[in-house]
Amino acid sequence: MTVVRQNFDQDLEALRQDLVRMGEIVQVSIKDAVDALAKRDKDLARRVMEGDDVIDRMQVEIEDRCISLIARQQPVATDLRILGTGLKITTDLERIGDHAFDIAKIVLLIGDEPLIKPLVDIPRMAEISQQMLKDSLQAYLKLDIELAEQVCRADDRVDELYHQVFRELLTYMLEDAKKIKQATQLIFVARYLERIADHSTNVAEWVIYLATGERLRKK
Amino acid sequence: MENKIQVSKLKLYYTEHLALNKVSIDVAKNSVLALIGPSGCGKSTFLKTLNRMNDLIEGVRIEGEVLLDGENIFHPDVDVVHLRKRVGMVFQRPNPFPMSIYDNIAYGPRIHGLRNKAKLDEIVESSLTRSALWDEVKDRLKSSAMAMSGGQQQRLCIARLLAVEPEVLLMDEPCSALDPISTMKIEELVSELKKEYTIVMVTHNMQQAARVSDSTAFFLMGEMIEQDKTDTIFTRPRDKRTEDYITGRFG
Repeated sequence: MTVVRQNFDQDLEALRQDLVRMGEIVQVSIKDAVDALAKRDKDLARRVMEGDDVIDRMQVEIEDRCISLIARQQPVATDLRILGTGLKITTDLERIGDHAFDIAKIVLLIGDEPLIKPLVDIPRMAEISQQMLKDSLQAYLKLDIELAEQVCRADDRVDELYHQVFRELLTYMLEDAKKIKQATQLIFVARYLERIADHSTNVAEWVIYLATGERLRKK
Repeated sequence: MENKIQVSKLKLYYTEHLALNKVSIDVAKNSVLALIGPSGCGKSTFLKTLNRMNDLIEGVRIEGEVLLDGENIFHPDVDVVHLRKRVGMVFQRPNPFPMSIYDNIAYGPRIHGLRNKAKLDEIVESSLTRSALWDEVKDRLKSSAMAMSGGQQQRLCIARLLAVEPEVLLMDEPCSALDPISTMKIEELVSELKKEYTIVMVTHNMQQAARVSDSTAFFLMGEMIEQDKTDTIFTRPRDKRTEDYITGRFG
């Protein structure tokens, strides 16, 4: 049988590529936000915040294309799953971008105050959640189910770390009321990183659905 | 974008019956315009007006203007045969002539006086290539066109049209007699052909309009209700009647 619908196939492939490109920009944004926190670099934090517009615009553009292709091509089966997951994944990526923005904002709020404690678990969370995003995008690109499942499993570790950070910072707050403000800000950072891991897990779950048509059962 | 066809305030009467009422439509060069609407809405009548096929019907009276490259096709100086060469038509059912594949394609150029064998060979090959049929039939050019499948016959009819070097292709439900795969091939071909030609297509299948066209015009009871970019028509039509029709709620 000869290949037909080549134009549609090209549109779908271009959409997938652009989604991955959006993911790469989001990855850089988190990396910069986390670096800005580690190095107390306010300029870098500001750049992360400005860059969020680019991510937002990409999301709108990808959504418009998905909707247009659904309206005009009447997709079914894998084609439909590409477009349905495209709409979902672009939202997850945009949210991750928002959390990079949020972390950058906290870097500016903390400003030049000395940190109440050296950061240990937060950088670990940052490292794992960044790796999860990277892997989920790789899994999306290659339709690699095993890698996607690995991302889902990694989320548990991030959750543990979050609770650890929470408990630890709570003790700082109980000891010294002057530390409450910054401790709360650091808890927020941990919370954002935990959410980034959750959204990366969502991306990985959508990859599994895209590849198999099966929904992963939520824990 | 440059307009290949500009229709303004076109009215067409079949004796007393007003079949088209003040229809105004522009067709951009190298684009595909889809005409959609329920049976009897005037879309086929409109299509046939574009190369004056309606002239052949008794009692037809036309008012308004149809400009092809800025010139009125109803002007008394216009040679209708030449107009139909520039603006060719493909019909609902494939209608190959009962002769070989080769002779089907060579028919038009021969009528227009071409006798040179090498030149005819070249036209046959290029027309069949452009209609995405060459690879399937190059080894049996001398066999009868009647033995081809319906989808192949329809692409042959398109090739036959291309052989006389038209500028505009009118297609009147070109896929309604074809199976889904042949339909997709014709649609793919249409996307390819618009690079060189301007195409106006009537279709009952609005999903097809959504897939292949750049702009879409919705007809209802002789009136053109809405024309817009196809993307806009199928995601946010302005007129409630258009929305009701494309969502299948017409009643």
